[in-house]
Amino acid sequence: MGSITLEQIEHLHRRFKQISGDQPTIRNLRQAPDGLADEINFEDFLTIMSYFRPIEMNMDEEQLDHFRKEKLKFLFHMYDSDNDGKITLQEYRKVVEELLSRNPHLEKESARSIADGAMMEAASICVGQMEPDQVYEGITFEDFLKVWQGIDIDTKMHVRFLNMEPIAHCH
Amino acid sequence: MQAKGSRGAPSLGALPFLFIVAVLLGLLPCLQPNPMLVSEAPHYPAVISGSEAGDVTAAPLDVSQAIRPLTNHTSPGHAKSRKAFPVLGIDYTHVRIPFEISLWILLACLMKLGFHVIPSVSNIVPESCLLIVVGLLVGGLIKGVGESPPILKSDIFFLFLLPPIILDAGYFLPLRQFTENLGTILIFAVVGTLWNAFFLGGLMYAVCQISGTGLDHIGLLANLLFGSIISAVDPVAVLAVFEEIHINELLHILVFGESLLNDAVTVVLYHLFEEFANFEQVTVTDIILGFLSFFVVSLGGVFVGVIYGVIAAFTSRFTSHIRVIEPLFVFLYSYMAYLSAELFHLSGIMALIASGVVMRPYVEANISHKSHTTIKYFLKMWSSVSETLIFIFLGVSTVAGRHYWNWTFIISTLIFCLIARVLGVLGLTWFINRFRIVKLTPKDQFIIAYGGLRGAIAFSLGYLLDYEHFGMRDMFLTAIITVIFFTVFVQGMTIRPLVDLLAVKKKQETKRSINEEIHTQFLDHLLTGIEDICGHYGHHHWKDKLNRFNKKYVKKCLIAGERSKEPQLIAFYHKMEMKQAIELVESGGLGKIPSAISTVSMQCVHLAVSQLPPLSSLSKDKEEEIRKILRNNLQKTRQRLRSYNRHTLVADPYEEAWNQMLLRRQKALQLEHKMNNYLTVPAHKLDSPTMSRARIGSDPQAYEPKSDSGNLPIITIDPASPQTPESVEDLKGMSRLPPSPEEDEEGLVMRVKESSSPGTDDVFTPGAGDSPSNQRMMRCLSDPGPQPEPEEGEPFIPKGQ
Repeated sequence: MGSITLEQIEHLHRRFKQISGDQPTIRNLRQAPDGLADEINFEDFLTIMSYFRPIEMNMDEEQLDHFRKEKLKFLFHMYDSDNDGKITLQEYRKVVEELLSRNPHLEKESARSIADGAMMEAASICVGQMEPDQVYEGITFEDFLKVWQGIDIDTKMHVRFLNMEPIAHCH
Repeated sequence: MQAKGSRGAPSLGALPFLFIVAVLLGLLPCLQPNPMLVSEAPHYPAVISGSEAGDVTAAPLDVSQAIRPLTNHTSPGHAKSRKAFPVLGIDYTHVRIPFEISLWILLACLMKLGFHVIPSVSNIVPESCLLIVVGLLVGGLIKGVGESPPILKSDIFFLFLLPPIILDAGYFLPLRQFTENLGTILIFAVVGTLWNAFFLGGLMYAVCQISGTGLDHIGLLANLLFGSIISAVDPVAVLAVFEEIHINELLHILVFGESLLNDAVTVVLYHLFEEFANFEQVTVTDIILGFLSFFVVSLGGVFVGVIYGVIAAFTSRFTSHIRVIEPLFVFLYSYMAYLSAELFHLSGIMALIASGVVMRPYVEANISHKSHTTIKYFLKMWSSVSETLIFIFLGVSTVAGRHYWNWTFIISTLIFCLIARVLGVLGLTWFINRFRIVKLTPKDQFIIAYGGLRGAIAFSLGYLLDYEHFGMRDMFLTAIITVIFFTVFVQGMTIRPLVDLLAVKKKQETKRSINEEIHTQFLDHLLTGIEDICGHYGHHHWKDKLNRFNKKYVKKCLIAGERSKEPQLIAFYHKMEMKQAIELVESGGLGKIPSAISTVSMQCVHLAVSQLPPLSSLSKDKEEEIRKILRNNLQKTRQRLRSYNRHTLVADPYEEAWNQMLLRRQKALQLEHKMNNYLTVPAHKLDSPTMSRARIGSDPQAYEPKSDSGNLPIITIDPASPQTPESVEDLKGMSRLPPSPEEDEEGLVMRVKESSSPGTDDVFTPGAGDSPSNQRMMRCLSDPGPQPEPEEGEPFIPKGQ
């Protein structure tokens, strides 16, 4: 998966310690239905953070592609909460609802219709014209890749690791 | 900005036509009456008005008076001698100025037209070059006739020609890319321009000191001033050239942003050196003051712009009753921002950009769709004409101005300009790349360096120099023009093949889809969270903070009504639906489904959980009947004449429609029963919130859902528009089937909200599909006529049939 420098690992470790209050694992994460651990250790922390590495100049095409795929896979898993390899309509709806959840005045239907519209669009991108009996189960990873073709994920999904200082973590 | 003309036939025929226009324009000054004759005219009004006891307006008399000078060359004393009543006369002086202005603008527009009728030339040579050539021709023509051609006066340029272009750029600035690259842009603009100015000024001074060139009299300050004038990259030229090569967004925003933001630096340096040239010596205090003034100028300009932007946004909150003048507010406030900044010698360009950027999100949330279109087209129109005029005048001014050609000075200016630009870009990029995630490749650097075009701003600034302090002004002007010509012609012409040769990434022509929007927003949230975890106050953190502040305080003040609570995603969704709806109409409406979303059968996107039976298929004759009904209703819409009222362009349809409401309700009831067995998606008024805003604003009772169909199952399509709470309650009460308990499990249930209020432009009509066996959700639009058709808003039975 590429490399993280020792320095960055140190940074992250310091941060980890801050968040977890010097415990070996971070606990009391939001309780979610099956699939989500309720505590993570440093290794997991590091793994997740590594997804957000910026790309390096000296990567070649293949590495870049691999890098991109990794990032997208991470995103895919965030959408696909039950980990069945597909983003179903229900899951997509949930995502949109959560995106709009800050707005208390919003009704569920609005979020749903947006999700529906988006799903249909994804279906049309991925499958094209469909027969009336055909059922579109959900967005698979390949379809997901297709949808993301227009967006430049390499440039967007990154956090600068270089200059992180331990900042007091306040809830 | 320009589409390539594809008509070959009239191409050659247009040429002589254009030349005739150019010739006419050139000969125009000949129409000026003989100065001797003009002076006689003023005598007459005094005589006539005295004899007429002053109850006659002066205007009709002027005509007759003007005739007299032409026909009567004797002394003014013979005013009272009787002549035949002039039936036809010429009075050119009366209309001279507006007439000439209009002719120039007309020439500019015809030139623009001409270039696209003749596609072969415009593919090779960028438009700006052609326009300069035309300007040269016209200038030469005028000179040939013996008149003195007009020079591009600086105040006309700065006050009238430049603002539309900048406003157009600022209002439609792609904010996301701009802010993402703001650091880079600022460094290029400020440091790059400073470097250019000092490097060039210093080197030119050195050149001047070389004995034998006869340039010793030009002091250091004069050279620095010259350097600062010529070092600024010009937004007009950059726009004109880059617009046609469709380069990728990053490079475009880098060069273009730099050209916009370097205005502050240019203004400061210019005034600084101009003032210093008067001093005998420059002290450190002066330098420090100069440094301070840079911050004042740039931040002050931005501040002025922001204030006007906020005021404009606030004003637009209340314009729901007078939609017609909404665009005017945008233009006026922005222009005032520009003028106010210029008033204080602040950076007018930055004020203009700041005001456009600040007011845009709020104004767009408040104004109607039509006003939005108006603003867009007016801005494009003005900026387009302005740009054309600027280039033509550049050409004319070249012919008209006094020139002083000094080989050494000019050639060395040219060379050093290029060197300075290349060195500057290379050095700065090396520095910047250490902080950028997406590094700038050498290819990018080359394009940035090559895209540093100089233009009319440099010329106008040079023109502003006065002779007493700068005796070498003519030489400066000549040098400036040479550099401008070089960059526009040589660099402008060669950049396109170079871009192709280097295979620079081009702009992607993809439309923004709802998926992309969702994903981008999701990423934003995700990254903000991750940054928070890392404890890193990065880009996203601040953006998030700004958004929160925006949502909590600012939006409430500046956006009218409920729109203020609308999240961005929903606003985007609305915009997209609107766009698709309009596209649908333009592409022919019924029976065709070009848009991506509606091509997919709703039924296909299916939940594993849901046990919905598939929607039953339409039989052929039912389909035909539906078509017939819809067609009839649509035709009625088209046939209705619109009453034209200058002041209430938008309000009218509402009133007209309201009167017909009652009539239609009866018809609606009948249709309901008829359509009882049909399965199609009912017509639905898609309201953008602005429209619903407007409707509710103008006619509070208009917003009434149909409550007749008590026992009819209703398909509802959720438009995701924040309806007023009461109406939503109503609708909820209305929809019995498909019942709410099923809601959460189902696949896509389409529920149409019955908002049969009059006056909405977009109507969703059910089309019956290409083939009866296809269940496709169609959204077809009727002609966005004055009234929607509530019959088409009929609910149909979806399922359970």
